[in-house]
Amino acid sequence: MSLVLAHNKRDSRILAQKLAFAAVALIAAAVVIPILGLFGFIAFQGASKVNWDFLTKNPSALDASGGIFPAIIGTAWLIVFTILLAMPLGVIGAVYLTEYGGRSKLVTLVRAAIVNLAGVPSIVHGLFGLGCFVFFVGGSIDRIILRTSKPVWGQPCLLWGACTLAVVILPIVIKSTEEALAAVPKSFREGSQALGATKWETIRRIILPAALPEILTGAVLGIGRATGETAPVMLTCAASFKPTLPQGLGDQAMLLPYHLYFVVTQVPNAKMDTKSAIALVLISFVAASSIVVILLRSKFKKARKW
Amino acid sequence: MNRQRLRLGERAIESAIFAGGVAAIVIVGLIMFFLFREGLPLFGNTSAAGFFFGKKWQPSSEPPQFGLLPNLWGSFLVTLGAAVIAVPLGVGTAVYIRYIAPRRLAGFLKGFVELMGAVPSVAVGFVGAVALSPLIKDFLHLDTGKSAIVGSVLLAFLAIPTITTIAEDAMSMVPKEYFQGSVALGATYWQTIYRVLIPAARPGIVAAIMLGLGRAIGETMVVIMVTGNAGLLPDHGVWHAFTHSVRTITGTIGAEALEVAQGEPHYQALFMLGVVLLLITVAFNSLAVTALGRTRRTART
Repeated sequence: MSLVLAHNKRDSRILAQKLAFAAVALIAAAVVIPILGLFGFIAFQGASKVNWDFLTKNPSALDASGGIFPAIIGTAWLIVFTILLAMPLGVIGAVYLTEYGGRSKLVTLVRAAIVNLAGVPSIVHGLFGLGCFVFFVGGSIDRIILRTSKPVWGQPCLLWGACTLAVVILPIVIKSTEEALAAVPKSFREGSQALGATKWETIRRIILPAALPEILTGAVLGIGRATGETAPVMLTCAASFKPTLPQGLGDQAMLLPYHLYFVVTQVPNAKMDTKSAIALVLISFVAASSIVVILLRSKFKKARKW
Repeated sequence: MNRQRLRLGERAIESAIFAGGVAAIVIVGLIMFFLFREGLPLFGNTSAAGFFFGKKWQPSSEPPQFGLLPNLWGSFLVTLGAAVIAVPLGVGTAVYIRYIAPRRLAGFLKGFVELMGAVPSVAVGFVGAVALSPLIKDFLHLDTGKSAIVGSVLLAFLAIPTITTIAEDAMSMVPKEYFQGSVALGATYWQTIYRVLIPAARPGIVAAIMLGLGRAIGETMVVIMVTGNAGLLPDHGVWHAFTHSVRTITGTIGAEALEVAQGEPHYQALFMLGVVLLLITVAFNSLAVTALGRTRRTART
C-alpha cells in the first residue's frame, strides 16, 4: 500500500517537473521570438532598399529617400576619434588597477567610480557633454583664445561628440582590458622582473603584448556600443540634415543612429523602406561587431598557450 | 647615472599611470559638478519647492512651470511596467539557460542574449513606434499608440539581457555541492532548482534585477519615440495611466534639450532633471553592488 502511494507521489513530482520545465522553456521562447521578430521586421522591410546607391548617395531633404552616405562617414569619423580617446585612457586605467593599485582604498574607490560611470544614463552623458565640452571647454576656447562671439568650438561638433562617447565607453574598455591583463599568468611578471626588467618594462614588453588580442576585443566591444548610442551624440555632435561630409573635428556631422531617430520622428513623409533600411544598416554593423567579439573571445581562449 | 635616469623615467611613467587610474573618479566628479553647475542656478529663478513638488511641466506657459513630479511619475510608471514583464522573463530565461537547456542550445542562447543587449535602443524604438505601437493600439482599442504601456514592453526587452546575463552569472556561482546534496536527498531536479539553487543565488538575482531596471529607467530613445512625452499626474488610476501618453525624465530631457539656450531657466531645469535621474540610477547601482557582494560571500562559504 505505502509502496503504491510512494510511486504515485513520485509520478506527480515528475509531472510537476515536466510542467515546470515546459513553462520555463516557454519563457525563454517568449524572449527569443519577439527579438527574432524585430530582426525579421527590419530585415524584411529594409533589405530591398539597401544597395550600393543607398550606401553611397546623399539623402533628399524632402523625405529622406536617396542614401545615407554622410551618416555612414560621420559615424566612422566619430568612432575613430572616440576609440583614439578611450583606448589609451582605458588601458592606462586597467594597468593601474591590475598592476599598481594593489588592494588600497583608492582602488576600491576607482572601482566604485567605474561601476557608477557604467550606470550613468546615456542622456545624462549627453547633458554632461553639452555642459562640459560644448559650452564650458568649447565656449572658453571661443571666448578666451579666439575672442569671437560667434560660436566656433562652443557648439556641437565631432570633437565634443567623440569626447562624450569616450566617457560612455570608458568603463567597457577598462573592464575588458582588466580581464585581459588578469589573464596573463603571474609567472610572466616574475620571470621578467627576475631578469632585471623594471615594472614598467615588464608591462610594456611582456604583459601588454600578451594581452593585446583581448584588449583589441574590448575595443571592438566599445566600437559596437559607441555606434548605436544616440542620446549622448544627439546633444553634442549630430546634425539632422547636412549632406556635405565633415571636413574636420570642428564640424557637426550626420550620424547613423541619430539619422534613424530624426527620420522616424521628424520626417512624416519618409517611407517605411527608407526607415527600415537605415535601421538595418545600423543593426548589421552593431551585430557584426558583437559577433566578432564572441568569435574573437572563443578563438583566443582556445589559442592561449598558457 | 644611467640607472638613475631609468628610475626617473619609471617614476614619471608611474605617475602618468596613476593619473590615468584615477581618471574614472575625476570623470564621475566632473559629471556631478557640471550637472549641478548648469542646473542649480534654476533655484535663483524659481523656488526649489516649485521644482521638486511642482505638479506641472509647462516650459512655455507664462510663468513657465518646471515641476519634477509628472516626470518622476512617468519614469516610475514605465519602469514598473517594464519590471512586471522583464523580471519573470529575464530570470526565467537565466534559469532555462543555466539548468534546463541542452548544452548547445544554452550556448546559443547566451550568445543570442548578448547580441540582444547590443541592439541599439534607437532601433528598438523604431520598431516599437512603427510596428508594436499600432498593434497595441488596435488590440486595446486605445486613442493613441503613444502610450506608457508600449514604452514598458520595449524597456522590458532592453532590460532583459542585463537581468539574464547577471542572474545566470549569479546562479553559476552557487557551489555544486548544493545541487548534489539536494538530489542525493531525493529531490527532483526541479525541486532542487526551485527550492535550493534559486534561493542560494537570490542576492545576485536581486542585483541583476536592480541593474536591469536601472538601465530601463535611464533609457531615453525608446521612451522618446513611443510614449508621447506628454502627460500629467494620474487622475484616473494606474491602468488609465498605462494606456495614455506619459512624460518621463529621460524623454523630457531628450526631446527638449535641443530647443533651449544655455542659461535660461528651461535649460537649467533640464539639468536638474538630469541630477535627479543620476541620483536615482546611482541608488539602483549601489543596491545592486551591495547585493552582488553578498552573493560572492555566499559562494565562498
